[in-house]
Amino acid sequence: MKRLLALHALLVYLFLYLPILVIVALSFNQSRRGVRFTGFTLDWYRALFADPRVLEYALNTLLVALVSTLVATVLGTLLALGLVRYRFPGKGFLYYLLYVPVVVPDVVMGVSLLLLFAMSRELLGFPRLSLLTVILGHITFQVAFVTLVVRARLLLLDPALEEAARDLGARGWQTFFHVTLPLAWPGVAAGALLALTLSLDDFVVTFFTAGPGATTLPLYIYSSVKLGVSPKVHALSTLIVGASALFLALAYAVGRRRV
Amino acid sequence: MNEAATPLRRLFRVLVTVGPGALWLFLFVLLPTLLVLLASFLTRGPYGELVLPLGLHNYARLLNPLYLEVFANSLLLGLLTTLLSLLLGYPLAFYIARHPRRDLLLFLLLLPFLTNFLIRVYAWLVLLQREGLLNAFLGAFGLGPFPFYPSFLAVLLATLYTFLPFFVLPLYAAVERLDWQLLEAAYDLGARPVRAFFHAVLPQTYPGLFAGSALVFIPAMGTFVVADLLGAGRVVLIGNLIQQQFGVTRDWAFGAALSVFLMAFVLLALYLYARVQGERGLEDLV
Repeated sequence: MKRLLALHALLVYLFLYLPILVIVALSFNQSRRGVRFTGFTLDWYRALFADPRVLEYALNTLLVALVSTLVATVLGTLLALGLVRYRFPGKGFLYYLLYVPVVVPDVVMGVSLLLLFAMSRELLGFPRLSLLTVILGHITFQVAFVTLVVRARLLLLDPALEEAARDLGARGWQTFFHVTLPLAWPGVAAGALLALTLSLDDFVVTFFTAGPGATTLPLYIYSSVKLGVSPKVHALSTLIVGASALFLALAYAVGRRRV
Repeated sequence: MNEAATPLRRLFRVLVTVGPGALWLFLFVLLPTLLVLLASFLTRGPYGELVLPLGLHNYARLLNPLYLEVFANSLLLGLLTTLLSLLLGYPLAFYIARHPRRDLLLFLLLLPFLTNFLIRVYAWLVLLQREGLLNAFLGAFGLGPFPFYPSFLAVLLATLYTFLPFFVLPLYAAVERLDWQLLEAAYDLGARPVRAFFHAVLPQTYPGLFAGSALVFIPAMGTFVVADLLGAGRVVLIGNLIQQQFGVTRDWAFGAALSVFLMAFVLLALYLYARVQGERGLEDLV
């Protein structure tokens, strides 16, 4: 029984890794088509770096991810704090709204934001579809995830610690920055990390909210793939896989040290 | 609490903390949802704009057998993906939870998952295309080449591949919390392994099982990218239909009606899920 489980696990891990390893291997393959390995080459990486647009798309991707994560983390942390600490009318409704971006399929979220931006442009004259609208869209799904993650952390905290700070004469903002935020920090960091990952990974919302000149790496990969399999995309994918592996390994190492 | 308790200060604190986030959700979640609902009752104008009259005509179009087949495709994809995730994921969750180096195994499970979604879909295109790895492998035995791509099977494989970790992670959390003493008790009472499993183990994993199923079924129902790339126009799901209406066809009113339909379907699935799991079940989905 135990052996059977181990074999099953091995096969599932093979299933998970085989497709990615094939892409990595093919990115060094001389042959333009097919999977027969005809020789080692770095030509596809050279071709990739020779294309100035790729760097532009990479910078767009990072810009969107960093700006949206920053805004969403601030909004989400404050919102979580308010939801945990205070009672106010409409709180239940706010919870429902928070779950909408979590459960509604991306495509519905994408088209509803597109509709919002189109109508707003019709009536108010802005915004034009651009990197700005992509950022607005990303913040919208990120806020929900950050809030729920930070909220889970805040619920674990002992309210007596904040009361003690206040009894010792701390003002509201002093309590927040010296007591609440440091204690909630693991939750805030986890929420921000999740938000960053979601932004870097998002294709669908970006697809519907991006205008001309607002191409990100996922949009570029999509349009290249629509034109057919290409070794340049293999090379780009390998670089992205390498970067994410490095990033996750770092997060894993830091997390292990803390525990 | 001391001076903080004056009503005005309280109001100020609620406004400062909840205010910006709530405003954001109203502007970018509630308002767009209402706009989609409104648009679904409007009519497509001659240039693809939304015009009056209001009516149910977009919803009436959903009954066309052509579209019913698309819904059936989406439903089938959602159900098959969930079923296959169960077959692959359930034993895996047990293996990981009982392994001495389970944090490493979890890390290895997450690693491909954090690779960009599009790259993961693209990888299957590379494997399944005519000159792909699978056909090269089968060709070595004198078989094929088979037209694996584009096909429903290709869409199913890639969907399963991209959503499987969503299933394993909540399930793993449930298996890790398992009370194994119940299993021993079942054996002591003379139950055979199969019976002991169904009575002492399986019910304890229901929360993870349901959360995992919801997390796989819902995005699988709503995907358009996988079918777009691996079905190459031959596999049409609701997501593809929505994308077409907002893109090439420019019939936003009908696209909005399709979106409302998909949303209603998802909310119904979640309502059933919440009935089984209780209110707290929703929190397991994050």
